[in-house]
Amino acid sequence: MAIIADVEYKTIESVYGPLVVVKKVSGAAYNEIVNIVMHDGSERLGQVLETASDYAIVQVFGPTAGIDVDKTSVRLTGETFRMGVSEGMLGRVFDGQGRPRDGGAEVIFDEKRDINGEPLNPVSRALPSDFIETGISSIDGLITLVKGQKLPLFSGSGLPHNELTAQIVRQARTRGSESNFAVVFAGIGITHDDADFFTDQFRSTGALSRTAAFINMADDPSIERILTPRIALTTAEFLAYGKGMDVLVILNDMTNYAEALRELSSAREEVPGRRGYPGYMYTDLSGIYERAGIIKGKRGSITQLDVVTMPGDDITHPIPDLTGYITEGQIFLSRELHNKGVYPPVNPTGSLSRLMNMGIGPGKTREDHRGVADQLYGAYAKAQEAGSLSSIVGEEALSEDDRRYLKFGSEFEKRFLSQDHGERRTIEETLSIGWDLLSSLPQRELTRIKPEYVKKYYKGE
Amino acid sequence: MGIITRISGPLVVADGMAGSKMYEVVKVGTRGLIGEIIQLRGSKAMIQVYEDTTGLKPNEKVANTGELLSVELAPGILGNIFDGLERPLEEIKRRCGDFVEKGIDIPSIDKGKKWKFVPTAKKGATLSEGDIIGYVQETPLIKHQIMVPYGVKGKLESIKGGSFKVEETIAVVRSGGGERKLSMLQRRPVRVAGRYSKRFKSDELLVTGQRVVDTFFPIAKGGTTGIPGPFGSGKTVILHSIAKYADSDVVVYVGCGERGNEMAEVLNEFPELKDPKSGRPLMERTILVANTSNMPVAAREASIYTGITVAEYFRDMGYDVSIMADSTSRWAEAMREMSARLEEMPGEEGYPAYLQKRLAEFYERSGRFEALGGGKGSISIIGAVSPPGGDISEPVSQGTLRVVKVFWALDASLAGARHFPSINWLSSYSLYKEGLARWYDKNGGPGFRDNVSKAMEILQREAELKDIVQLVGPDALPDSERAILEAGKIIREDFLRQSAFDEVDAFATIEKQYLMLGAIIKFAVQAQHAVSKGVPSSKLQEMKARQDISRMKFTENGKIAAEAQRIGSEMEREFESLIKGEE
Repeated sequence: MAIIADVEYKTIESVYGPLVVVKKVSGAAYNEIVNIVMHDGSERLGQVLETASDYAIVQVFGPTAGIDVDKTSVRLTGETFRMGVSEGMLGRVFDGQGRPRDGGAEVIFDEKRDINGEPLNPVSRALPSDFIETGISSIDGLITLVKGQKLPLFSGSGLPHNELTAQIVRQARTRGSESNFAVVFAGIGITHDDADFFTDQFRSTGALSRTAAFINMADDPSIERILTPRIALTTAEFLAYGKGMDVLVILNDMTNYAEALRELSSAREEVPGRRGYPGYMYTDLSGIYERAGIIKGKRGSITQLDVVTMPGDDITHPIPDLTGYITEGQIFLSRELHNKGVYPPVNPTGSLSRLMNMGIGPGKTREDHRGVADQLYGAYAKAQEAGSLSSIVGEEALSEDDRRYLKFGSEFEKRFLSQDHGERRTIEETLSIGWDLLSSLPQRELTRIKPEYVKKYYKGE
Repeated sequence: MGIITRISGPLVVADGMAGSKMYEVVKVGTRGLIGEIIQLRGSKAMIQVYEDTTGLKPNEKVANTGELLSVELAPGILGNIFDGLERPLEEIKRRCGDFVEKGIDIPSIDKGKKWKFVPTAKKGATLSEGDIIGYVQETPLIKHQIMVPYGVKGKLESIKGGSFKVEETIAVVRSGGGERKLSMLQRRPVRVAGRYSKRFKSDELLVTGQRVVDTFFPIAKGGTTGIPGPFGSGKTVILHSIAKYADSDVVVYVGCGERGNEMAEVLNEFPELKDPKSGRPLMERTILVANTSNMPVAAREASIYTGITVAEYFRDMGYDVSIMADSTSRWAEAMREMSARLEEMPGEEGYPAYLQKRLAEFYERSGRFEALGGGKGSISIIGAVSPPGGDISEPVSQGTLRVVKVFWALDASLAGARHFPSINWLSSYSLYKEGLARWYDKNGGPGFRDNVSKAMEILQREAELKDIVQLVGPDALPDSERAILEAGKIIREDFLRQSAFDEVDAFATIEKQYLMLGAIIKFAVQAQHAVSKGVPSSKLQEMKARQDISRMKFTENGKIAAEAQRIGSEMEREFESLIKGEE
């Protein structure tokens, strides 16, 4: 089979953007991987995007500089994109196509896997229900992360999403058991500074030995970004379902991925959807985000933390918007809180964890967790209402309740939301701070918590 | 038999397809991927392929099947979970493991299982399509009626009861054209609306147990509802709640391009949950169609049709069926993707010009009907819409709102404050309210509708007053208006808000809704009276009655009558003593 497929075509008709059109090709399979052989013998990777009786359109995962129409040839491989995987990838740093970038030895692979993965049968999914303690009050208390969940960080340029991500990687643990934990980090179009920040972080905390990092730099070919998250997730799937590890996957930054997708789409002259992004972006992003999860009857899990920087802090921009429709909630970083000096600047109002209810409650966190979280949400929303009211009519004109809420709001930001970069709070500590704050409100206001828990934990008069 | 000439994602073009028909199912390539013809041009056919086309090559073969895209209908369908093409996902898992492979050919219904068929039609009877000839007790909840398939009529020559596989002959019908053997299995094309004899008005409430819905923005049995809302506004939680608690006989839940973990949640929860009426596991009346967002996009387009066709089948048996479609936007996007690949002239935002028509065709398959067989059944459609950026001026939301009669406006700011269900009470509407007036009068209790209008008036006033407060502060309001603010707050927090995750609060009977609202309105009226007698409004929030009302939601449905009685009389006494204190 391989011999038949190993045909070289010198029939490139045109090159534009990241695309190459090859004529007189028949038998190129859809999504097949091709090698583009330059006249000096070097090779570049490509993939068939469209194929017909007499032509094929190929996207090139590298620079198209130097490709010409007479000397360059295209070789079909007869295979879809498969990559080698092994446990030996932990502790290593790779480029965006999965080639070692740390100067270390070649990795010896256990097996090869298709980087696109296959859709997981919904009936094979086990419901995520294990609480992950990140040690960060705003996340653990209000937007609880659960093993097997995909939760993006909606951030903006200049906000400390890198610091927060690094802190989560350092601190995250599941309770009760020392599990077999690994991190797969995909840097997608990140700057050299950011790449250094993360590798230093991993190295200094000893996390590197259980981390596999794939880094596509901001100045690497943008089309390579289409591959990077898929390569990272394929590695993660091997570690999770093949080796039984609990894998935390960090995709940073998915906005750069979406930009690459748009670049490719416009090169193909496709009918654009919103703001020039292709109409199939939802489906494409799902193919990445939905690879988080747990499989029934298997050890191991994939939890995703995806960084999305919102262009212009706009949550309705297609990238965060479509992401939010696929992921199981979002952690929303707010510039306003950041400017007030709150770290981490997680704004609970825009944040949500859809799987929270599965991971909290008696036996997992504590019986009053749900109620406390709801009440804190409600109270903080009221505090903000009171805040905007007081900026118009002045604090003196507020009712006594409104004044209490106003005070609650600032205490909440200072004591609950804020914490140090190195501070790890247990869930009990987090809930206890929550009760301290709620106890400054009259007991009658606590309508979202079951009366029995109010009785048990309320500290006010 | 044709030959592939072009492949672009899920779109395959084949030549040599003369003699094919529109919407015919074809097997594409050597692996036999399932596809459907969506355009014919001379001998060329455009095929949308329902599976991943990776690895497919030009010059591979395309085989005709001669059949339109159809679903199989027979006992064994309930409690099952299917993909968009009605392939059973449990069976796929058994055959090929945890990941869905391509080109698998699996029958929708278990052909090996035997069912006990009880005939009800008599030999010699004259039958026509849709007539019921017997039944199978498929689950303790549902009698699966066996009906004469479309296109068959004549005299019942023989019929036998007993234990049969679904494809075995159970009856023979003779007509002028010869004899026709009937089994318990029938096939129906999904893109054609089912037949019926008559439509009725929708004048019966679909009880969902959700207070904001049943009391304020009700949906009638046979009605349609659109729920547009940004992500995180709680669409899916509302749909799940309704699927759990609605008093339908059969529920079809279509997960169209949504999250895999959400389907896992349904699969995990529903077998454990009990039907509030019968106490039986909910799965016994539920059928799930799941085409998650990472499954092939074209099958997503088909999943909506698969779901509604199954719903029609149960309606024909005389059942009230609800179908939840989450989310119709993903369905529309699948249409858009295929349209773009066909290089059709795009309409608004790239959607095809026939989007509105398709939406209308889907929602118009709802209603209350007299089935061909004489039974009375209904289909209620509840469709979620996921507008980009939460902006409902986009084509799918607008197209939906033009055909549905109930609009639940999900509000991101309510969701942000964790007010769930986040249905905005000022911008939502239900056009069934008038038609349901008699139902409420009969089943709700005296003054039900009256209390609802009073509550709406309070909420409206509250919104206006809040605007004023924003400008001048609450102190500037007279006590009578501050009492309205207090009443509005009670309605919002203690009635409209409802926790889907609290065992007791999750489902409220109509009686409970009536008594809760009654107590609140009573409080509002007496508060106005007390304030007019000089009681300062600040005293209202300290009242015990105020706290009693807010606890009502945690009172079990069965105990609510006694509790309401107690609260009512204690409230009167408390107000009396307040007023006395001022005199």
